[in-house]
Amino acid sequence: MKVLVSVKRVVDFNVKVRVKADGSGVETANVKMSMNPFDEIALEEAVRLKEAGVATEIVAVSCGVQACQETLRTALAIGADRAILVESGEELQPLAVAKLLKAICQKEAPQLVILGKQAIDDDSNQTGQMLAALLGWSQATFASKVAMEKEKATVTREVDGGLETISIKLPAIVTTDLRLNEPRYVTLPNIMKAKKKPLETLKPETLGVDVCPRLITLKVVEPPKRKAGVKVADARALVEKLRNEAKVI
Amino acid sequence: MTILVIAEHDHGALKGATLNTVAAAQKIGGEIHVLVAGHNAEGAAKAAAQIAGVAKVLSAEGSQLGEFLAENVAALVVSLAKSYSHILAPATSNGKDVTPRIAALLDVQQISEIIAVDAPDTFVRPIYAGNALATVKSKDAIKVITVRTTGFDAVASTGGNAAVEKTAAPADSGLSSFVSREVSRSERPELTAAKIVVSGGRGMGSGENFKLLEPLADKLHAAMGASRAAVDAGFVPNDWQVGQTGKIVAPELYVAIGISGAIQHLAGMKDSRVIVAINKDEEAPIFQVADYGIVGDLFKVVPELVEELKRQG
Repeated sequence: MKVLVSVKRVVDFNVKVRVKADGSGVETANVKMSMNPFDEIALEEAVRLKEAGVATEIVAVSCGVQACQETLRTALAIGADRAILVESGEELQPLAVAKLLKAICQKEAPQLVILGKQAIDDDSNQTGQMLAALLGWSQATFASKVAMEKEKATVTREVDGGLETISIKLPAIVTTDLRLNEPRYVTLPNIMKAKKKPLETLKPETLGVDVCPRLITLKVVEPPKRKAGVKVADARALVEKLRNEAKVI
Repeated sequence: MTILVIAEHDHGALKGATLNTVAAAQKIGGEIHVLVAGHNAEGAAKAAAQIAGVAKVLSAEGSQLGEFLAENVAALVVSLAKSYSHILAPATSNGKDVTPRIAALLDVQQISEIIAVDAPDTFVRPIYAGNALATVKSKDAIKVITVRTTGFDAVASTGGNAAVEKTAAPADSGLSSFVSREVSRSERPELTAAKIVVSGGRGMGSGENFKLLEPLADKLHAAMGASRAAVDAGFVPNDWQVGQTGKIVAPELYVAIGISGAIQHLAGMKDSRVIVAINKDEEAPIFQVADYGIVGDLFKVVPELVEELKRQG
């Protein structure tokens, strides 16, 4: 069974982003970039499926600028067999990415596509569901457990108030939540091996996809800052403050 | 302009998130219809008709809608979409699951988790875990939107008298089926709806130690939450998680105990009205957003706090 995983290059989760002075976006020049953490979980799940003998091939796909090659090399080092970059300098919004992935899926015919539930830059949480819609496939979002069977998968999902388990027909889309697994560290020998694995580059035009942004960002600003308050000496002082000053209890 | 709001409900009753979503629809302006898709969901449909400002309730009934499977709900909404300028759902786990599916089928770029409406086509949404706010304008004919409920004050659940109109639902897609649900049973208020939230972090040290917070939560009638660090450490279940990757809350009072205040946690609670932090590390970033802080050992301070709340009535 072929598994496709999409990976996005984002500002590293440890970086405190700064809004540009002209309000056009956030500062990404000279900032550490990494694979979106939820996509790492997606890739780890695919690698585990391969180790378990369920998946036969893992294809990692990234859509974006040329530098996404680095993200794909990381994916290959984690355990993807080959990689595809859909290279574009355009701002790729989730619908455009879903359309690109749909075109790739039609070429590659995977039985399962695993994506992170959201990217930590635009926090959209859309691409997986959109891809499922465009392909007419089933979807299981926010997965915390995936059990593969012959023609279906049983997926436990993180939902408000608890967990929900659904059964989805293959081919299917799964998006990952935090507790699905703990991604492995990349080892040096695997980084070396990854350099020899195939990485193909495609363009949106060759896939016949219009990637023009539908949303125009008018401005980006910093959120209003909260002011630090006061330290109080002990529980008694705190209760008094909450009761008489803040009036919340 | 006519706006369709997809109701969040449990068939019998409406969930509060629906009221915040109707509030967002009112900010956009226009006639508001509420879709109640479910199985034996007359109770929820009746409640939706009572919401102040709602002009019409669409009730779609069918066993295929009983578990809110995204494939079936999306097909239903798409069949209704041509009458609407905007389609809104709350950014709950159901809303986040189904809305992008609707948007893609309509060839629309969805706008996720709006917190303000600037114009009928222009919205404000947090990006980078709330470290920046983007104002975005949609070029699509239909706007498909999820609403961060903490961004909009709920409309009144009564005062309306809308007609309930039945609408046909497409057949089961056959793509997915419901197996089971494990609901965390709790006597406490729901995390996203609670007036007071008591949260613990890695500093709690163990799942067992979270019991220490129970008397405090009891005394304050609070919901209990946790930081991602505490969830990752396996102390408490993921549905307790407050933060960018968990729940977004904005209670009257948020009590952060043994939580350092990572960016990702702050993203989930910084809109709370009053924040209290208890942490032994005086340099912890949580103190930069806390209105009141106690630097001290939580295992000593929390029991004292409970005693003090009892003593001061």
